[in-house]
Amino acid sequence: MAPPRHRDRGFSRRIQYGLFFGYVAAAMGVVAGIALVLIARFDPAAFEGIKGLALDMTTPVTKVTRPIVRGGGSLADDIGGYFGAVSENKRLHVELADAQRALIQARVLAFENVRLKRTLKLVGDQSVPIVAARIVGSNLTGTRRFVTLAAGSADGVASGQPVRAADGLVGRITEVGTHAARVVLVSDGGSAVPLRVVRTGEAALGEGRGDGAMEIHSTVVGGPGFRRGDLLVTSGVGGVYPPDLPVAVVTGTSGEIATAQPLAEPAKLDFAIVLSQAPAPPPVAPPQGRHH
Amino acid sequence: MSIIESDLLGQPSAWRLQAIPVVSTMIGSGVALLPFITTAPVLPPLGLLIALGWRLLRPELWAAWVALPLGLADDLITGTTPGTAMMLWTITFLGIDLIDARPMWRDHWLDWWIATAAILFCALGQWAIGFFVSGGGAFGTMIPPTLLAILGFPPIARLCAKLDRWRLAK
Repeated sequence: MAPPRHRDRGFSRRIQYGLFFGYVAAAMGVVAGIALVLIARFDPAAFEGIKGLALDMTTPVTKVTRPIVRGGGSLADDIGGYFGAVSENKRLHVELADAQRALIQARVLAFENVRLKRTLKLVGDQSVPIVAARIVGSNLTGTRRFVTLAAGSADGVASGQPVRAADGLVGRITEVGTHAARVVLVSDGGSAVPLRVVRTGEAALGEGRGDGAMEIHSTVVGGPGFRRGDLLVTSGVGGVYPPDLPVAVVTGTSGEIATAQPLAEPAKLDFAIVLSQAPAPPPVAPPQGRHH
Repeated sequence: MSIIESDLLGQPSAWRLQAIPVVSTMIGSGVALLPFITTAPVLPPLGLLIALGWRLLRPELWAAWVALPLGLADDLITGTTPGTAMMLWTITFLGIDLIDARPMWRDHWLDWWIATAAILFCALGQWAIGFFVSGGGAFGTMIPPTLLAILGFPPIARLCAKLDRWRLAK
C-alpha cells in the first residue's frame, strides 16, 4: 500500500492549531528572509559576526581534505608530463634564453624607474603584505564566485583588503572569520576593478562576468581601444587596489568592449598574499555655501 | 503509516527519526565545502535536492517552517547571501503544501515535475537575489548545474528512500 499522500488534518483542534501556527511561522520566516536580503543589499557589513563564525566552522572540513585533492590533481599532471618531455625541454631552453635577456633589460628598466621616481619625488605603492595564506576552497554552487582563504582576523585580515598571487590580482576580502576569510574574485559578477592598458595607458574598468572571465569597458571615448593580448594592470584609481598589479590579458574584443582572462587562476594557486588597503584619499571639503 | 508501524513493532528513538532527515540535508549543503577550487558553479544544489526528496517522500515529516532553519544553514554553509535559501526553500515548501491539499493522483512522475518546478524556482530566485545584492552574475553559468539538479532528483529521491528505511529500522 502506498503511504497516504495527504496530511491527515482530522477533527482534532490541537492538530489544526499546530498546522495553522506552522504556516504563520513559515510566512513570518519568509518576511524575515526578505529582510535579511534587503539588509545584505544596503549594509553589506551587517551580520559579519555570524557569517565569520560559520566560515570558521566550515573551513576546517575544506582545509583537511584539500591536500588529498591537490595530490590527485598533480598526480595526473605528473603522468602527463612524461609524454613529450623531450620537446618540452627544447622549448623551455629557448624560452629560458629569451627570459634571461628580458630579465637583464627589466633590471635596467627597474633601476631607471627608481631613479626617475626619486627625481620626481613620487610616492605611492604603499600597500604592504599583511599575510600569505593558503587558498583552501571555493563555493561550488550558486552565482557568486568566492574562494576561502585560511587566514582571518587573527592574522590581521580585514574586510576590503586586496588579495594578490604571484601571477596577479586575485580579488578582495569580503567576509572575515577568526581563522578564515572569504575572497570575492575579480571574475565575480559583483566585482569591478579600475584598470589601465599597459600598451596604450588607456584607463578601463574590468567587471567580472561570473564565469571565470572579465568584461573590460573603456572609460575613454574614442580611445585607441583594445587588442588581443593586451596586458591589463590596476590603475590604483579609487584607492581600493594598489597601482600596477597585473590583472588580466585581453582574449577577445567586440567594439568598445573586450573579454579578458584573469592572470591569477585560483584553481592553480597555492598561496595568496593579503595586502593592506591602499590609504584612502583625504575626504573632500564640503561645498562652500551660505549658512543661515 | 510509519507511525502505525513503529507503534506495533517498537519505535526507533525520536531523536533518530527526526535527526536523520535534518542531518542528511545539512550534509547535502556541506558537499559545497569540498576543496575543489573553480571559477564557475559545478555542483547542483544538493541540500535543496535532499530536502525536496524528504519532503515529497514523507509529507507528514516536516511542517513548512522547517525549511527556515534548513535554508539558513544552507546559506551559511555555502556562503550565499543569508536569507536566500531560507526564503526560497520556505516558499517552495508552502507551494508543495498547496499541491498536497489538492486530491489528485500522485506518482513518481508528478513528484519529479514538482521537484523540477521547485529547482527552477530556487535557481531563478538565487540568481535574482544575487543580482539584486551584488549587481552582477551570469545566468548562463547556472544552467548546467540546474539541469544536473533536475536530472539528479530521481537518484536523490531513491537515496532518501534508502535513508528512510534505515531510519525506521529498529
